[in-house]
Amino acid sequence: MTVVMVFLAVIAVIIAWWLAQQRLASKPWLEVGHTHDHRGIEPVPAAKIGLGVFLAVVGALFTLFISAYFMRMASSDWSPMPLPRFLWINTGVLVVSSVTLHWAKVEAERRNDEAARTSLLVALAAGLAFLVGQLFAWRALSSAGYLLSGNPANSFFYMITGMHGLHIVGGLAALGRVTLRTWDAPIDRRTRLAIGLCATYWHFMLAVWVVLFALFSGWANDVVDLCRQLLT
Amino acid sequence: MVDVRSGIGEAVPPAEVEDVELYHPHSWWTRYVFSQDAKIIAIQYSTTAIAIGMVALVLSWLIRLQLGFPGTFELIDAERYYQFITMHGMIMVIYLLTALFLGGFGNYLIPLMVGARDMVFPYANMLSYWIYLLAVLVLAASFFAPGGPTGAGWTLYPPQAILSNTPGGRDWGIILMLSSLIIFIIGFTMGGLNYVVTVLQGRARGMTLMRMPLTVWGIITATVMALLAFPALFVACVMMLFDRLLGTSFFMPAIAEMGEQLEYGGGSPILFQHLFWFFGHPEVYIVALPAFGIVSDLISTHARKNIFGYRMMVWAIVIIGALSFVVWAHHMYVSGMNPYFGFFFATTTLIIAVPTAIKVYNWVLTLWRGDIHLTLPMLFALAFIVTFVNGGLTGLFLGNVVVDVPLSDTMFVVAHFHMVMGVAPILVIFGAIYHWYPKVTGRMLNEALGQLHFWVTFLGAYAIFFPMHYLGLVGVPRRYHELGDASFVTDSVHSLNAFISVAALIVGAAQIVFLFNLVWSLRHGREAGGNPWRATTLEWQTPETPPPHGNWGKELPVVYRWAYDYSVPGAPEDFIPQNQPAPGRMSHEAAS
Repeated sequence: MTVVMVFLAVIAVIIAWWLAQQRLASKPWLEVGHTHDHRGIEPVPAAKIGLGVFLAVVGALFTLFISAYFMRMASSDWSPMPLPRFLWINTGVLVVSSVTLHWAKVEAERRNDEAARTSLLVALAAGLAFLVGQLFAWRALSSAGYLLSGNPANSFFYMITGMHGLHIVGGLAALGRVTLRTWDAPIDRRTRLAIGLCATYWHFMLAVWVVLFALFSGWANDVVDLCRQLLT
Repeated sequence: MVDVRSGIGEAVPPAEVEDVELYHPHSWWTRYVFSQDAKIIAIQYSTTAIAIGMVALVLSWLIRLQLGFPGTFELIDAERYYQFITMHGMIMVIYLLTALFLGGFGNYLIPLMVGARDMVFPYANMLSYWIYLLAVLVLAASFFAPGGPTGAGWTLYPPQAILSNTPGGRDWGIILMLSSLIIFIIGFTMGGLNYVVTVLQGRARGMTLMRMPLTVWGIITATVMALLAFPALFVACVMMLFDRLLGTSFFMPAIAEMGEQLEYGGGSPILFQHLFWFFGHPEVYIVALPAFGIVSDLISTHARKNIFGYRMMVWAIVIIGALSFVVWAHHMYVSGMNPYFGFFFATTTLIIAVPTAIKVYNWVLTLWRGDIHLTLPMLFALAFIVTFVNGGLTGLFLGNVVVDVPLSDTMFVVAHFHMVMGVAPILVIFGAIYHWYPKVTGRMLNEALGQLHFWVTFLGAYAIFFPMHYLGLVGVPRRYHELGDASFVTDSVHSLNAFISVAALIVGAAQIVFLFNLVWSLRHGREAGGNPWRATTLEWQTPETPPPHGNWGKELPVVYRWAYDYSVPGAPEDFIPQNQPAPGRMSHEAAS
């Protein structure tokens, strides 16, 4: 459970940092009047905060999966699974998707609607390609005899990549909606915000994927060993 | 209201907090059924939770009938008994307490108390309810599925949960249970995001964090905890579903059943326990913190006195929330873990007693020399304090490894957790319903029926759970369908069990009185007016009661003071609403 404790510690630091600015030591019973409210003129859009909180929840979900992975790994029946090289291409595709989405955000802010639309479409296509690629990777693995219930390493691989894939599907649905919206109307403030949110989500899912990839390919083993040493 | 800009050099907030784009319903369906109004959603959540809670109540009757009068009722065989205790526990903890506190009270009170028109994401809020309803329906469906609901105990420990000797283990029961939990968590996440972002972004002008009523503090801290803790249950459920349906071995060790070696091997049941309790312990506080918050407001309002040590109360809520993530393994003292871990978790567990005790002292000190009105909400609040202290003290017993080991899996544990997270929060729920029902409906609940409900419930709950401590000390194990004639089972155990069962039947019947009261008072209750308790918080200051869609009419309220200005010396009345400007500035306003 060390991994999830570290994750929660990070969240706790963020919450503590935010709370520290909220005058928790003030004496509200002595303060009358509304001028004690120090919130800025320009509030951060609610959707942005909402996405931030949601990503914290998603982060907790994946760190818990990773925690379970490490704990289960300690059993003697664990035999790591070779990863198909194919996954490198998938990673590349997801990076492309993330970069183009970031580009779409930048172009939308520069009011280049046409460029933004194009890069949104590219990002959408790359996202779809990633999903298809993951399915191919699954097929390659299962036809090589690495079945879901064969070994816990396999089970974790299929389950966690599946969970990541589901999150990508959700992201694609949102991205698709935003792309459609840019198609019928010029990009306004709301759409620009939505593109930005999609980009943030995408970068996050890319980061999760990179961590998972490192985990499955065994590079994370050193970290695991370190965790074990800390625990014992 | 004229804008007062007297604080020279201070940051002056914008004249109006950005008004949300309010969704306007066009038909009866979108107004009352597929509503995006947090108040309607709150009522939907509450009704659903209470409805499924009634199922849990009937199950508890059946459990008690079996324990009190073993062998009398042929309907309740061992299998059914396990199904009943499992479903009773799961419904009460997740589908009633969590849903009612966060989905019900959270939805109703957060926007009103912080001065918002609605939740920030009304559509997701609506989805949250319908997904919750789906979860409840899936759960209820397991009663009708072949093989019946799961009988694995509410903790659903593998490997037994998915083996054929456990009711529902190889049938639909466990599948529906796990699916229902997964659905519930998805739905809750949508609601939870709303509660957090509404408190962060939706507060009215002047509503600083330290002016929020403790109810909001309690609910919001619990929500943040739930958002971070429920994923652990989600992961555990997904992994167990894989084990059950797809033949993986996440949790399942090599195991033989009916003389046959199963396909499983190498899995770790302890891994499930870690995941489950990583959710399970914060869950106790997810239920307790909203109760703490609400009870603080009830006590302050009905004792006509500001809450004692408001800052301490806020800090204690936050600290309890943080600490509750590092105590989970105290549920696993008997799982054979490293004794040093036991020592660590016992220490963290006992440390939680410090902020909790601070809260109890502050409630008592708020009552000290207060102008105590023994209204129904106050009675329930007082009953809560007593019950919570009681359950908290037995928690100190069970938190110590050496004391816990002999008491583990006895009725003492059952008595402890029912007192501290069963009876205590439910007393708060009752108090809160008596308190806010006038705002929700515009009418008071019937006082006489309420008194009857209170005394039977309060005294009856003690009649049920006090003797259980003794049963546990004698060594009566929990989860046993029948005690048989083991030497430690004395006659007093049997007669106490019968006594407890009779008490449970009576307390259950009192809840029907309460339900009748809820329905009857809708039409026949006394007219309440806008602020019957003469309370300070914003929800009592709405222009109309019950508050209409959008809550505040044309203008959002502006907050000038904290939530506890009761019996302020020199004030004309014994309460000053949060949205009332300072008297000196009123004259300034009149002049300008």
